[in-house]
Amino acid sequence: MKKRSGTFYLLMVPVLLWLGLLIVIPHLDMVYRSFRFETDDWEMVFSLNNYLTFFQDQIYWLTFVKTALYSIGVTFLAFVVTFPVAFYLTKVVGKKYSSFMTLLLLIPIWIGELVTVYGWMILLRDNGVINTFLMNIGIIKEPIEMLFTNFSMTIGLLYMSMLFMIVPMMSALDSLDDSLIEAASDLGASKWTIFRKIIIPYTTPGIVSGGIIVFMLVIGDYVAPNILGGKSSLWFTEQIYNKFLMSFNWNEGAAFGFLLLGLSSGIVWVALKLSGQKLEKVGS
Amino acid sequence: MKRLVLIGAIALSLIATGAMAQETLRVLTWKGYAPAKLIKAFEAETGIDVKLTYSNNEEMIAKLRATRGAGFDLAQPSQDRISFVQNKFPIYQPIDYSKVDTGQLVESMVDAVKKNSAVDGKGFAVPHCYGTTGMIVNQKLAPGADDWSDLWNPKYAGKISYRLKRPLLIATAFGMGEDPFALYGDIDAYRALMGRVEKKLIDSKKLVKNYWTSGDTQVAIIKSGDANVISGWDGKGWTLHKENPDIDFIAPKSGALGWIDTFALPAKSKNLDGAYKYINFMLRPENAAYFTNQEGYGTASKDAINFLNAEIKANFSRSFPPEDLDNIKWHPPVPAGFEKIESKVLDRVKAAK
Repeated sequence: MKKRSGTFYLLMVPVLLWLGLLIVIPHLDMVYRSFRFETDDWEMVFSLNNYLTFFQDQIYWLTFVKTALYSIGVTFLAFVVTFPVAFYLTKVVGKKYSSFMTLLLLIPIWIGELVTVYGWMILLRDNGVINTFLMNIGIIKEPIEMLFTNFSMTIGLLYMSMLFMIVPMMSALDSLDDSLIEAASDLGASKWTIFRKIIIPYTTPGIVSGGIIVFMLVIGDYVAPNILGGKSSLWFTEQIYNKFLMSFNWNEGAAFGFLLLGLSSGIVWVALKLSGQKLEKVGS
Repeated sequence: MKRLVLIGAIALSLIATGAMAQETLRVLTWKGYAPAKLIKAFEAETGIDVKLTYSNNEEMIAKLRATRGAGFDLAQPSQDRISFVQNKFPIYQPIDYSKVDTGQLVESMVDAVKKNSAVDGKGFAVPHCYGTTGMIVNQKLAPGADDWSDLWNPKYAGKISYRLKRPLLIATAFGMGEDPFALYGDIDAYRALMGRVEKKLIDSKKLVKNYWTSGDTQVAIIKSGDANVISGWDGKGWTLHKENPDIDFIAPKSGALGWIDTFALPAKSKNLDGAYKYINFMLRPENAAYFTNQEGYGTASKDAINFLNAEIKANFSRSFPPEDLDNIKWHPPVPAGFEKIESKVLDRVKAAK
């Protein structure tokens, strides 16, 4: 057996510290809490009650289903919106402009989510920029109610997350050899066929890895649903927040956290199976 | 390898001495409760370095609970949120009232807070400031709105907003002509009342524009004209009144809800002396008056009234005619288990169509 050098063990320290202190131990603590339940006599006992509450009280699983469906929808929208942009930036425009434009695209990330969300509020409100403009040019008489609806929430979620879709997609498109497209075109394939048979299969790993990031970001977001979402937009993360901070029920909050982790991982797993991808391949 | 260890040791000792160099006071408070001018004066007077963390009642409890009362030397919870927490998780320590300059405070308020925050006969808090939750109304666009029941009055449909938190449940009950505080001793009756409140809020949800979530969104929603009748805090309403005379704070006819925010000592406070100095400093009449002039909230400091701006005095007399002042419903301490009932109600209202 080869003798490991001191450097080897030294390099292992940060990894172990990170994984141990920041990930494994806190999660174990939360797992433990999630199985503790306070009875009416104020006694802490081991129980599955925290998990059962989720399934028994329909508002919890309904909220989860809604959150999951919206997250899937936003992920799909992110793909639809960003694909043409990614294609243009990698295949059509020159390298010099492309990197400059990519940099511009990233500006919202520098500003931060809260600020962009407030920006959207200014644009979307009843007497905001968009409504005022439309009323001034006479297209509408009464302001359209856009802010505090599912529409404004979707916009907010999409705006923040689509950048995480475009980057992996661009790197996938970048490595696609142009001659493949040219060859297909020479052999008489239509544009649609090229898109369906060459570009999509080739970029699937990029799309799936972007999709996973977007989905995870959206399902775990708190700011956009809370501020832009309006009166009926209960997001599942908001319920976890409420459990911890409003009703001081950390045990139920921990259980809900693990349910979110489990269920969203399940959805990602199904998506990987459906698209025929492997996590190792997508992750790289 | 040896050198690395040496560097590590040096770095660690530097961090340790750096922390020892100056006396610090870590205060867990609300935005606006520690005006920069007062903090500077306090630091100059005592040589104590003040570190502020802004929070709210729920987060304060969660933070202190997570560390079992460590990490902060002084906190500012509301008086009704102390005893039930203290009963379950000992995150505070009793106040030594002999170290507080109670002579400069309103006596009845000190006694009330002492009693309401008491656990095992020991008081856990000193009053700092008070205010009320009532309504902020744009009186030009929504004339006549002056009661909690106007939060479900079809006349103001689509222009109503409130914060979906426990004070709103209490306010709704008062607006329905009930007295929730009278039921604090009877959890089953309270649960039934909350059921009625839930139904009222769900039935009238279509009239609501949005639920505001913070002091900032509260101000924004009425200032922008998205809503004209909202639940709100007196200080915020008066600030808005200064900018736009149409908007003002209104004490609802069925009773504004009064809160008192306090000073309390976390169980593992590392600078008790500094904390008492800070309390006495902030409640000195001229300092307390500076805070009230800035933020508009009432203060527990007795003689601060001599230093108040005329405009601030006018706010109180305009919004609180004598009969409304007498009608303020002061929050009694929340009994254990009530938050659980309320949070379910709030979840269901929020999720309802």
